[in-house]
Amino acid sequence: MAKVVFKVGDDVSTDIIYPGRFMATVLPTETPQYAFVDYPDFNAKIKKKEFPPQSIIVAGKNFGCGSSREQAASCLKGPDFVVIARNFSRIFLQNAINLGLKMVICPAIEASEGDELEITSDQVINKTSGKSFPIIALPKARQAIIDAGGLIPFARQLLLKGKR
Amino acid sequence: MGMTMVEKILARATGQAAVKAGDVLEPRVDLAMSHENGALVINQFNEIYQDTGLEAKVWDPSKIAIIFDHRVPAESSKTAGNQKKIRDFVAKQGIAKFHDIRGDSGGICHQILPEFGYVQPGSVVVGTDSHTTSHGALGAFSFGIGATEMAAVWALGRVLNVEVPGTIKVVCEGKFKRHVAPKDLILHLVGKLTAEGANFKVIEFHGPAIDSMSTSGRLVICNMTVEAGATSGIVPPDAETLRYLKDEAGVAEVPELFGPDADAAYDQVITINVSKLQPQIACPHTVDNVKPIKQVLGVKLNQIVIGSCTNGRLDDLAIAAKILKGKKVAKGTRMLIFPASTRIYLQALKKGYVATFMEAGAVVMNSGCGPCLGVHQGALADGDVALATTNRNFKGRMGNPNAEVYLCSPAVAAASAITGVITDPRKKGE
Repeated sequence: MAKVVFKVGDDVSTDIIYPGRFMATVLPTETPQYAFVDYPDFNAKIKKKEFPPQSIIVAGKNFGCGSSREQAASCLKGPDFVVIARNFSRIFLQNAINLGLKMVICPAIEASEGDELEITSDQVINKTSGKSFPIIALPKARQAIIDAGGLIPFARQLLLKGKR
Repeated sequence: MGMTMVEKILARATGQAAVKAGDVLEPRVDLAMSHENGALVINQFNEIYQDTGLEAKVWDPSKIAIIFDHRVPAESSKTAGNQKKIRDFVAKQGIAKFHDIRGDSGGICHQILPEFGYVQPGSVVVGTDSHTTSHGALGAFSFGIGATEMAAVWALGRVLNVEVPGTIKVVCEGKFKRHVAPKDLILHLVGKLTAEGANFKVIEFHGPAIDSMSTSGRLVICNMTVEAGATSGIVPPDAETLRYLKDEAGVAEVPELFGPDADAAYDQVITINVSKLQPQIACPHTVDNVKPIKQVLGVKLNQIVIGSCTNGRLDDLAIAAKILKGKKVAKGTRMLIFPASTRIYLQALKKGYVATFMEAGAVVMNSGCGPCLGVHQGALADGDVALATTNRNFKGRMGNPNAEVYLCSPAVAAASAITGVITDPRKKGE
């Protein structure tokens, strides 16, 4: 069980998650300092490492739309957030899977900041409201990458097997 | 059942007779493009090879293109460092399709790729930039990926676990009226589909308005298909594609062209009559917040921007120069113009457009992504309102979350520069 620490609406673009003006910073170890930087309160708490691992961000539809910048996924992977969204934009979803950021597609999710959620294999249970919401599985095509823990270890395995 | 354009391309790229939407494939890549974010790709690429005992060599340096455009010339020592890291890598790996910061061969990646003949019809193109959708204009399946995905492509030469996307067919009937442009068509379509309406899908363009559209216009519409969430936009290649490749891109040998099957299966078919279109404006802060111009006339503007991978080509500058000739940019309004490539910049110089712009009071900037993504040029002040021919108006996009960006065609941008407010370029009664 984990707490919802931040809630955003529909169509949250990568310019909101990780503004273009910080794109010269690329390393996954350095990107979290700019996560949601235009939301100063939330960003300050990220920088102070106030959130325990697997803290939850709840979003509406089309989370991560816009740019292909991978910083938008790595800046959330660093603090080890879980993102629950009504759905995700394609490139963000792939980037997040590739980096091992945990995402949950939950089209009917209702939760507020402070709510305690439990994520099972097929639903999100909001312990605070007592309601539960079904999960849609991540794309099957990417399951092998998820199972490998991300694209870097997956691609490394292929290289070592000589499958270039 | 026949195949869509992208199904056909993916069947060829995997050596199969047929594929269909939903199949999971690993297509070979014909062209892999990156820009400054190549610095992150290099980092991830080296990480894939870590502790493998294998030498970290890219699969095929002739199929990799790297173009500096996002922050040119470097705005900070950090960017300069990233660019240096990429230069070293390019030299070490023998990557020839490298476009450094130069006045004779530089520009925005989505202009350089077609201009230099790097994109072949029927090929598979990936790029670490969401607007890689642009190259569907030449009949390629071209889509944006992240840096780690690209690192795997550099290592393996194919994209792993690609699900064949379904396709939305968009049929464009009619003829564009004066001062209504491909930009208005794509803004209208994004408004209709919404920002997620084509998520995980391809938009395939057909109809007489596409047949008579130049490659430049096709680049505009394919560029912005990603704003409806599309994996890619694509125009089946035709005589115009051949003309562009041979006459403008200097390609000697063009592969045999093919289109979709007549009985291909589409998820959805949308028909648009472009004769009925008015100039369109995407209002803050989402690209799908699209309104016909008459609903936003008179909005006061602090900055006008013409350029970008969407609308920074010679025909865009030509229409702007025609409107601005002998006129002045309104007091209190700044106008920034950045041609999409140095080749276009030179052409605009020779045709006198640059002089027209400067005499009008516009600032003509070097080719690159410039103000579009708000990294190092043309940032907005709190409360500023901008009108731009670029492709995104997300909160914070032009460098400031407390500013507003409207999107439009070059004709609307030029007409509005003269008045300082959003202005219809058409005369009354048109």
